[in-house]
Amino acid sequence: MTTSVPDPSQKHQRREHGLMLALVSPALLVILALIVLPVGWLAWQSIYNDGFTLENYRRVFTEDVYWRSFALTFEISLAVTVIALLLGYPVAYLANSVPRGWSILILSLVVLPFWTSVLVRAYAWLALLQRTGVINQLLRYLDVISEPLALVHNTFGTVVATVHILLPFMVLPLYASMQKIPNDLMQAGASLGASPSLTFFRVFLPLSLPGVLAGCTMVFVLCLGFYITPELLGGGRTVMVSMLVSRNVELYNQFGAASAVAVVLLLGVLAIFCVVSRFISLDRVLGQK
Amino acid sequence: MTTTQKFGLGWALLGAIGLSSAADAAEQITFVSQGGAYQQAQTVAILDPSAKKLGITINQDSIPDAWPAIKTQVGSGKPIWDVVDTPTGNCLRGGEQGLMEKLDFSKIPNGAAMPEAYRSPYSVSYEFYSSVLAYSQKTFPKDAPNSWADFWDVKKFPGRRALRNHPFATLEAALMADGVAPDKLYPLDVDRAFRKLEEIKPHITVWWTSGAQSAQLLNDGEVDMEMAWNGRVSAVAKEGAKVAFTYNQGILQSTSLCILKGAPNLGTAVKFLNEAVDPVHQANLPLHIDYGPGNPKAFETSVIKPERAAQLPSEPANAAKQTLMSYAWWSSPAGEAAEKRWASFMQK
Repeated sequence: MTTSVPDPSQKHQRREHGLMLALVSPALLVILALIVLPVGWLAWQSIYNDGFTLENYRRVFTEDVYWRSFALTFEISLAVTVIALLLGYPVAYLANSVPRGWSILILSLVVLPFWTSVLVRAYAWLALLQRTGVINQLLRYLDVISEPLALVHNTFGTVVATVHILLPFMVLPLYASMQKIPNDLMQAGASLGASPSLTFFRVFLPLSLPGVLAGCTMVFVLCLGFYITPELLGGGRTVMVSMLVSRNVELYNQFGAASAVAVVLLLGVLAIFCVVSRFISLDRVLGQK
Repeated sequence: MTTTQKFGLGWALLGAIGLSSAADAAEQITFVSQGGAYQQAQTVAILDPSAKKLGITINQDSIPDAWPAIKTQVGSGKPIWDVVDTPTGNCLRGGEQGLMEKLDFSKIPNGAAMPEAYRSPYSVSYEFYSSVLAYSQKTFPKDAPNSWADFWDVKKFPGRRALRNHPFATLEAALMADGVAPDKLYPLDVDRAFRKLEEIKPHITVWWTSGAQSAQLLNDGEVDMEMAWNGRVSAVAKEGAKVAFTYNQGILQSTSLCILKGAPNLGTAVKFLNEAVDPVHQANLPLHIDYGPGNPKAFETSVIKPERAAQLPSEPANAAKQTLMSYAWWSSPAGEAAEKRWASFMQK
């Protein structure tokens, strides 16, 4: 695209671009009407309420409550991302290395929970983790513990359930990027005398990094906006940013107070994207090239 | 005439677009409540009979939290709702902010006959519920906790506890636990209440956010005692769980009816409002759900049997054991400040 190309092909290319634009324009319009405009309108309310005001932002940046929630939200998101990566990588690796029939089975098991609502899964975790839940009763029956463990109504329970919900978003991009790694490279490594673990660490792992980054970005960003899970499993102490948003609508009776929180979170996410894209091109993260 | 039902949460947004229906048909109003079993019970007990008696059509709508929609609708200058059943605080706050019609009680004789504490210039009490101390009878087969001081006494009453993740009623309970007499609560000593809450905080397993959650906690034995709404506890008990509650030191709360400023059918709305708090209609409500009538005169009709009356939060003898929540205080600047302080208390 950078060097000058003879005229006819350039014209052809321009026509193709025009056609592409025409094809995506309905989707773009939908996004404009349903996402850009409402978000813009909400953002506008955060600085305009019978006149320009920065009061909503002053509150977000000066009151402890907000800072704590943002810190907690990023902590939880980071923990969830790391755990999902550690759990998801071996699954994706396995799905990539077994015969096709098996890999379809593994992937469908990964995707299966998608068909269950987040709410139902949160309650299922409650049934498993609570004091009178399955896990505590089993451990007590086996005499491993004498007092029930506090597995839920805290940050721990929130993280467990969130990892469960977001795991597919880690496994699928990982699997997609692993599929693109030619098996010849591993064989070449072996033929040159490298041990399996050396080929893995020197060849496979670096080549799967785009998938790692894609999965991590996806899980991290989705986790930042989690609401139902921490609300149900956090015991009231795990106040994530999304919960602040809903609380502020109730507390200040205007959307601006809530959307200021959302705007700050959105800018935070965009900043993360910027930083990430400095290290690796977003095209690769999103699986383009 | 039957009441048409239009349930749907998206109404608030549709309202902003201006989906107001033509008001030229026979007399009608749009009535809004909170949906679910509660709205069903009202439909049978109050709405359908009122519609029949007045010869009007009552269009129903429901929304869990009406406040943002009220703000948006009245703010747009063309509300589509007429009468709203919402926590009394919303009516008072709305009245102060010019979002509610001031009521002419000469046209609402049923409301005018109610005790002054049960009405405001903008609203009349519609139904009562109570934030009570509930406990597991398995954990406490006898000598059950019977006051907020007991709830705070972790030595005498060991066990896991839950409170609502909201300052309403929780601050009142904390002050009663600290020895403030129930009739001397308002204006609340907020500092003292939060100090007392800090004391119990390490012993609170769950701060619940929804009524369903509080019921589940008690039902599954996840907590041994908690503050919960009386209707939720009795529903769990009805299903066979060994749980009970006491009205002693309960905090009596209400929803009220109020009319949106500039309501499209103001005249009919006022007529309906009077009819809805008619003692007989009101007495019908507790036959269908565990809430008490907003009009105490309902207990003077013979509709509610004495056994049933004894279970209800607003029955005079039960009411005497409880504190009537002061919505006026909660919607005052001091009350709003206390509400804002809650989040920082929770996160520390």
